Amino acid sequence: MKKLIAWFDERIPMTKTWNIHLAQYPAPKNFNFWYLFGVLAMLVLVNQILTGIWLTMNYVPSADGAFASVEYIMRDIDYGWLLRYMHSTGASAFFVVVYLHMFRGMMYGSYQKPRELLWVFGMLIFLVLMAEAFMGYLLPWGQMSYWGAQVIISLFGAIPIIGDDLTLWIRGDYVISGATLNRFFALHVIALPLVLVILVFLHIIALHEVGSNNPEGINIKKPKGSVPEEEKPKFKFHERFTNKYDIVDAFPFFPYYVVKDLVGIGIFLFLFCYVIFFAPAMGGLFLEPPNFEPANPLKTPEHIAPVWYFTPFYAILRAVPDKLLGVILMFGAIVALFLLPWIDRGKVRSIRYRCGFHKVNLTLFVISFIALGYLGLKPATEVYTFFARVFTFLYFAFFVFLFFYSKNENTKPVPERITK
Amino acid sequence: MSNAPVDKGRRRFLTVATSVVGAAGAVGVAVPFIASWNPSAKAKNAGAPVEVNIGKAEPGQMIRVEWRGQPVWVVRRTPEMLNSLEGLADQLRDPNSEEPQQPEYAANLYRSRKEEYFVAVGICTHLGCSPQYLEDSFGEQVEGISAGFFCPCHGSKFDIAGRVFSGVPAPYNLVVPPHYYIDDNTILVGEDGEQA
Amino acid sequence: MKQFLKTTLLVAATIWSVAGFAAGPTVPLDEAKVDLHDKASLQRGAQLFMNYCLGCHSMEYQRYNRTFNDLGIPEDLGEANLQFTGEKVGDLITNAMPTEAAGAWFGTAAPDLTLVARVRGADWIYTYLRSFYVDESRPFGVNNTVFPNVGMPHVLQELQGVPRKTTEQRMIDGEMQDVYVGIKTDGSGMLSESEYDQAMLDLTNFLVYTGEPMLLEQRRLGWKVFGFLLVFTILAWLLKREFFKDVKKK
Repeated sequence: MKKLIAWFDERIPMTKTWNIHLAQYPAPKNFNFWYLFGVLAMLVLVNQILTGIWLTMNYVPSADGAFASVEYIMRDIDYGWLLRYMHSTGASAFFVVVYLHMFRGMMYGSYQKPRELLWVFGMLIFLVLMAEAFMGYLLPWGQMSYWGAQVIISLFGAIPIIGDDLTLWIRGDYVISGATLNRFFALHVIALPLVLVILVFLHIIALHEVGSNNPEGINIKKPKGSVPEEEKPKFKFHERFTNKYDIVDAFPFFPYYVVKDLVGIGIFLFLFCYVIFFAPAMGGLFLEPPNFEPANPLKTPEHIAPVWYFTPFYAILRAVPDKLLGVILMFGAIVALFLLPWIDRGKVRSIRYRCGFHKVNLTLFVISFIALGYLGLKPATEVYTFFARVFTFLYFAFFVFLFFYSKNENTKPVPERITK
Repeated sequence: MSNAPVDKGRRRFLTVATSVVGAAGAVGVAVPFIASWNPSAKAKNAGAPVEVNIGKAEPGQMIRVEWRGQPVWVVRRTPEMLNSLEGLADQLRDPNSEEPQQPEYAANLYRSRKEEYFVAVGICTHLGCSPQYLEDSFGEQVEGISAGFFCPCHGSKFDIAGRVFSGVPAPYNLVVPPHYYIDDNTILVGEDGEQA
Repeated sequence: MKQFLKTTLLVAATIWSVAGFAAGPTVPLDEAKVDLHDKASLQRGAQLFMNYCLGCHSMEYQRYNRTFNDLGIPEDLGEANLQFTGEKVGDLITNAMPTEAAGAWFGTAAPDLTLVARVRGADWIYTYLRSFYVDESRPFGVNNTVFPNVGMPHVLQELQGVPRKTTEQRMIDGEMQDVYVGIKTDGSGMLSESEYDQAMLDLTNFLVYTGEPMLLEQRRLGWKVFGFLLVFTILAWLLKREFFKDVKKK
């Protein structure tokens, strides 16, 4: 065994990679519940790729065959229903964990210097994920697939001058048709997953270059030679980390956080499997009832709502009475998140040591995000639109306020070391 | 907490137990992925047994049906054809049907349940072409025998019981599929039937 | 943190309740007490479907033999008594009506009903089936309170009898007024009112089954998975606790 490992190590950096990224990677000792979602996102990604490959084996990417082929998978293939539900539930689960993961980053300032690029990679993952989910949702070729795609693609029509030509180009037809379905299928099963995997890789490389943040927002890398020997952790960290710094208040990711994550994964799987086996449609949130009716270009469903993970942005879109402005604001809501590392000019990372106003501000942001998500599911009545406007305002106000108060923020003193 | 030394036995036990249970879980997850490769309900339906009506078959006539995507022949053999089967043994590769190319009930001289009717999968055992049924011109291939099967792809020859002649590329006799007589006029191809 | 969660929940609850009031009125639906374990009910439902619905509505994603097996009907019995179109027992439950002709006869093709319960819900189907009433202004002479201006005849009239909207004289604000009290049949059907309700529940039950024929298998497997996860999570938790003895308080 040792010989075999040595044989490999002479040819590829196997043990070294294992050590740098797991066995000798210094992880801050105070990771909490919120630090679980990165691992869970990876787990869901693997689930999506595997079940996706298997669904492709029986799915028929054509306007005539798509809907029936999904029911064929659900009924005629052994365990086909399970593979399909794992994939459809996985899509929603992906967004649940990614939203929580992003919120964690916002709460503990994980996007601040030096982790700006890490955050940007994360946001790119989120963006690609949205495209991936959107295109995937067209594939069952149900009524919601069809009309949801119709609405979203029409958004591009709001762009001045080129808008109409652009939508025509995206669809490849005058309406959404088999041509659209086929190109979305190609992108959904090959192109975007590839991009996604590469981005996830970059995200982790960037993370392991700068090191993990933690709930205290305290740096665990201290200047070389500044920490007395007896205060250093008793664990061996890779020299790549200890060459330049003294590492404190940390322990190796493997085995400690691996076993801890296993518990988290177990609990997550309870929830995940509950949905798969007992509520795969999740009351119409994960699989919308009209989507069990084949796409019909001549009949619009009474009420079109995107899947829940898009509804916050959809609500922003609808809150604005002008089409172009609505589209700009909707994309602006995502762009603002991209720019967060530069909008936040604060020097303190964790919410624990930031000013009271920041706590209120972030709370309001989360409330508006959830509220917008809810409103996006509902028909656009006057009352709803009014609320949607209020929450759209609060959503953007978060970034504007943050930009101003973070410059000279009244923060609490941050301890030198993680004491908890 | 305590400074007690690590309980190595407990730690090893828990590590092994969790790994074993985790591995069992992985195997469990693999089940649906593997099982989904089985023939689907649609494929099973398409491969379901096929009924063949032989009531109107003239002596010497062949009926072709499709079973599991393969051509299946039902030949109503004439007494002359049946007579030609005897005394060929030294020209054949497997005259006594010793290779498992047929259900047990067809491992006889006529390779069939009823002498008169020959049921076979019409696929050459060489490379999968479908041989021709030569009702009375087989003599051009094998002197003295008027009826048989000839594969045009590589020249394999079979007698009217699907037995392969020696000196041709095909290694085995033609396959006799499971079949049984529902009644005198109907054969069900694809099932052995209860009397098997 | 706790404060934060509390506020969030509170606000969310407020929005939820405000939103609830703003929702528009819908026809109240009767609850369909479907039971997928009740095979007798499912069998009766299947029989009703094959006899009354399949003439126009297909069930093109569901197979005969799957249905028979799941419902506990021997395949040969099912083939003899529930298959009218001469297909193989493993075939999909399609019907002979050409789509274009149906479009001409009814203005629209009769929708496939395999997934109708997933689209509409059991309560809707159950109520719909019991909400036909005589309306001479409609092409088929009937209308439906749940599906106004429905484009199909009341196929089950021979079972239900002739249903009419009925009113009762009631004292309201000191005046006698006609009040709509529901749909009553003239009793000319083969079934009594309660028998008809039961028959429609059977049919609804069957349609719920065909929407998700894997549902019972799915739930059974779900419990097994939960059992496994319980063992795994407990073990993982013990393992985590064991390893974290190293790192607590050095």
